[in-house]
Amino acid sequence: MMDSGKIHRRKQASQNFVFTLFTLMSASIVLVLFVILGFIVIRGLPAISWDFLTKMPEDGMTKGGIYPAIIGTFCLMLGSMIFAFPIGIMSGIYVHEYTKDGILKRFMKAMTNNLAGIPSIVFGLFGMSLFVNDLHFGDSILAGSLTLGLLVLPVVIRTTEESLKAIDNSFRVGSYALGATKLQTIRKVVLPMSLPNIITGLILSIGRISGETAPILFTVAAYFLPKLPHSIFDQVMALPYHLYVISTSGTNIVESRKMAYGTALVLVLIVLILNLLANVLRRYFGKKVKMN
Amino acid sequence: MVKDYVKKPKVMAKDVNLYYGDFHALKGITLSMEENTVVALIGPSGCGKSTFLRCFNRMNDLIPSTRITGYVMVDGKDINDRSMNVDELRKNIGMVFQKPNPFPKSIFENVAYGLRVNGVKEAKFIEERVERSLKQSALWEEVKDKLKKSAFELSGGQQQRLCIARALAIEPSVLLMDEPASALDPISTAKIEELIYELKNQYTIIIVTHNMQQAGRVSDKTAFFYMGELIECDDTKTMFTNPKHTRTQNYITGRFG
Repeated sequence: MMDSGKIHRRKQASQNFVFTLFTLMSASIVLVLFVILGFIVIRGLPAISWDFLTKMPEDGMTKGGIYPAIIGTFCLMLGSMIFAFPIGIMSGIYVHEYTKDGILKRFMKAMTNNLAGIPSIVFGLFGMSLFVNDLHFGDSILAGSLTLGLLVLPVVIRTTEESLKAIDNSFRVGSYALGATKLQTIRKVVLPMSLPNIITGLILSIGRISGETAPILFTVAAYFLPKLPHSIFDQVMALPYHLYVISTSGTNIVESRKMAYGTALVLVLIVLILNLLANVLRRYFGKKVKMN
Repeated sequence: MVKDYVKKPKVMAKDVNLYYGDFHALKGITLSMEENTVVALIGPSGCGKSTFLRCFNRMNDLIPSTRITGYVMVDGKDINDRSMNVDELRKNIGMVFQKPNPFPKSIFENVAYGLRVNGVKEAKFIEERVERSLKQSALWEEVKDKLKKSAFELSGGQQQRLCIARALAIEPSVLLMDEPASALDPISTAKIEELIYELKNQYTIIIVTHNMQQAGRVSDKTAFFYMGELIECDDTKTMFTNPKHTRTQNYITGRFG
């Protein structure tokens, strides 16, 4: 017979070891996040002022503000939303609710996944050749938004799909049993239920758009353009590209370092605020759907 | 009741075969039901009784690679015929599921849902119908002061009665019940059974149940299914006291299944 006390101790020891390991790993991730955030906040905060947020860049981008880049980034976020959300949500609904399990569905899913795996610089190149050159949009908000929209499309489709998948089939069946059509079932039961999740996912995807640099590089971003856009065919400055410019190829990199950290902080704040908004909206919708 | 008075069947299945892919789930089922009766479908799990139930509102259509042959008639019409509008059919054939599945809407909107999707707009009419349906399903007294509250706040038994009210609101002529009380506690079960007894006066009810006592209590006729076949169907009393087949007897007395 084996010594049961010994076995028990050994089991306990390995249990403790693994648990400690997992705890340490999780803690280190949180730590890294805090270090990055702390670093950016400490370096960037001194640069932030009302002028920084509302003024044009001056003196070879070593002074002044980042106002046009903020506006540009918001324009691009809005533009790509307008383009990607309707198409992505409708495709997601189509794939999940309309296609039967089979070759078409698998093909659509594989394509979506492949699209999501394409490096963003390739999207930039594609956007340049199609939207900027072939379609003659030029370097413009339109071309940039379309490119970013393409980039985020798979995320939107998958978010929609996953949210729909989370809805138990019994709700659909219950609706059909009352004589509701498929469209009515989707519109009145399935979509309202999945809306909180879809919206959350979409907001997070906008966050991703706001930080993308490669796709806007050749399609919209201006190196230095101290004025606001007047139409969707204008170029704009954008935060991530501006950050890149003043950190690597500005007129005076050392002088503009402070501006760079300020820009990074603004970018991070935008993403943080979006994430917060996603949470708030999810709660709000979650309540509303139940009460409706 | 005059026993040998032959009514026109309300619902009828004639030589129905159903396949899920290669699986032969229903094998040549022929069965007819008169108006305002309760028929219980019994049998061990996987015997095809729920599948058979779903034939009457074509819920099997929702399951991929399903094929059906034979005739399923409701009011003398072949419901699998091309000319049959499946949404219209389901409006006429109400269904209550095993697990209560109210929508994440208010109690009122749950009952009103069927009316709304079928194009009823008049608010007063909807209000009256909601009230009537909730009274029919014996839920009105418990919920009349909180119609705007979420249906999810109700207990499981109340939710199931809400689902029955929801089905009744669009005035179906046939009510399909797929083990409606199997997820409920004994008191809720008793309420549902009482309800079935009441509803029999206005509806033709087909109920799938695993509970022999329940079948005995609520049904006029009982049909025993085994491995996709209809072994025997007769008056419930006869089935429970004097079944023709030994298999039926064994199942009913609990010797197998």
